[in-house]
Amino acid sequence: MEYAIILLILACVFGLFMAWGIGANDVANAMGTSVGSGAITIKQAVIIAAVFEFAGAFLAGGQVTKTIRKGIIDADLLSGTPELLVYGMLAALLAAGIWLLVASRLGWPVSTTHTIVGAIVGFAAVGIGMDAVHWGKVGSIVMSWVISPALAGTISYWLFRSVQGLILNTDTPFDNAKKYVPFYIFLTGFIIALVTMFKGLKHIGLETTIIQNYGMAFIIGLIIMFIGKSYINKLKIDPEADRDFHFANVEKVFAVLMVFTACAMAFAHGSNDVANAIGPVAAVVSIVQSGGEITQKSALPIWILLLGGVGIVAGLLMYGRRVMETIGKNITELTPSRGFAATLAAATTVVLASGTGLPISTTHTLVGAVLGVGMARGIGALNLNVVRTIFLSWIITLPAGAIMAILFFFTLKGMFGG
Amino acid sequence: MARTTISSLFGNSPVKPLQAHMASVQECVVELVPFFEAVLENDWKSAKAQQKKISKLENAADKLKRDLRMQLPRSLFMPVSRRDLLEVLTMQDKIANKGKDIAGLIIGRKIEFPEAVSDKLIDFVQRAIAASAQAQTAINELDELVETGFGGREVKLVQSMIKELDAIESDTDKIEVKVRTALFKIEDDLPPVQVMFLYRVIDWIGELADLSQRVGSRLELLLAR
Repeated sequence: MEYAIILLILACVFGLFMAWGIGANDVANAMGTSVGSGAITIKQAVIIAAVFEFAGAFLAGGQVTKTIRKGIIDADLLSGTPELLVYGMLAALLAAGIWLLVASRLGWPVSTTHTIVGAIVGFAAVGIGMDAVHWGKVGSIVMSWVISPALAGTISYWLFRSVQGLILNTDTPFDNAKKYVPFYIFLTGFIIALVTMFKGLKHIGLETTIIQNYGMAFIIGLIIMFIGKSYINKLKIDPEADRDFHFANVEKVFAVLMVFTACAMAFAHGSNDVANAIGPVAAVVSIVQSGGEITQKSALPIWILLLGGVGIVAGLLMYGRRVMETIGKNITELTPSRGFAATLAAATTVVLASGTGLPISTTHTLVGAVLGVGMARGIGALNLNVVRTIFLSWIITLPAGAIMAILFFFTLKGMFGG
Repeated sequence: MARTTISSLFGNSPVKPLQAHMASVQECVVELVPFFEAVLENDWKSAKAQQKKISKLENAADKLKRDLRMQLPRSLFMPVSRRDLLEVLTMQDKIANKGKDIAGLIIGRKIEFPEAVSDKLIDFVQRAIAASAQAQTAINELDELVETGFGGREVKLVQSMIKELDAIESDTDKIEVKVRTALFKIEDDLPPVQVMFLYRVIDWIGELADLSQRVGSRLELLLAR
């Protein structure tokens, strides 16, 4: 290929830009419930997000990246003209990056995931041909966008109901919180570790059996549980704090739990959303490196995952902090016991999707999880207008991403020659 | 910075404003005690000042009521029904209105209380105010109710508070009967118009407790699913 180096650099720059955008905006949404519940400070949220977003992207980001990279488009059709796939992926990245920039300026609740999927489907269907799109796969991705908020809502509803039954609605809520919260901490560690073990670790050269997976996840869950327990045991009842609000001390126990679920959320977000930025980069890199061949089997180079992780953390550090501040101020009604139920439900759903290779919207999943807690009569007031704007953003984002990707695709094709 | 999806999902909870409104209502009606003390001592100057204070506090409660109504759009998803919540608010507000009306009527007509009535009057007013104080105690449990998802122990606690409120209200009823009986015995010796308005004031003080009880029963409706 003639312009291999230029195309490669372009892909990396666009990918880094996308990852930066995800770190700046999306991460703040994912961490918002944790910051808003007052369980962690903004500084702690930034540190947790930086570490666990990166870990999630690096350890468990492979599957979704694979889907974005070669699950949506039937690359066999392009074996004669690999450059079309390169232009298309570059166009998709550029379209998604610009659309997200515009939309977040205007305050529209668009999703990175929806934009990139819309862009890829758009350039493939129009630029290459309707046959080039794996419509079955696209169908299942779209289905997962509806199912993921519903699933997260169901999980959070039952999680919160269990908290009510085991802790809040008992005669000794504080003692029961000390007794049962460690189990929730275990659950958090176990689920995240299990999904990661099953799906994530192949690309860093770890092959494990099913029993090993369960065993490791169990041990990791236990270790995390004991760390949490030691913190909970240090808590002391402050009778003064219970005067205005009788559950102030109970919520302190949940605040410990919230730290762990915040880590899980950051990890889950990293594992799913990093693919939006680096999936297309990976596609371009594999074509360029193999000298113009479309190799469906090529493994994902680790440095690309690193690139995505670095981009997200950079965006978070430079810009995400401020977004978190605004979110934290707006979510003061969310107590740690609710925040934990919503966050853990969302994190579980997202990690499951990551393991299955489905690119979903973390923000929309979290919205579903919060509504689930609301269904259990746990939140003072929720604004249902958001649900409507989410539907609207689905309808607007997909064509917007597609149209822009098509434009950029033909522009690039004209510039570099097809 | 535009609001993000997650932060715009959370509306303003009506719980704290509702509690603030009840606190403001209670602040208004407790002023009736010094007001009646001044009236019974025939100290019309300080009674007048006290009446102005009550009227001012009632206005403050009114403003809180309007603010809360404005921030409860239909799109809000709450753990309680919006209609029941607004009815609690209306009932709370009626307590302050009644307090203001009582003071206004007494000042406007310079109503003097015969001795046979006056010695029971302060007790009567205080008991009625105890009812609204009890209503406030119950309303103050609303945030704990949301915390527990309106279940279990907390619901029982609030129900016992409402029971206590009912007991206080029936207590005021008994005192009201005594005050009326005392007035009935001497009514022939008094100018008929004055007697008419004395009965009205007694009526209204009784209504004060009645309205507080209704705040309690509206709250009970909130608890039910």
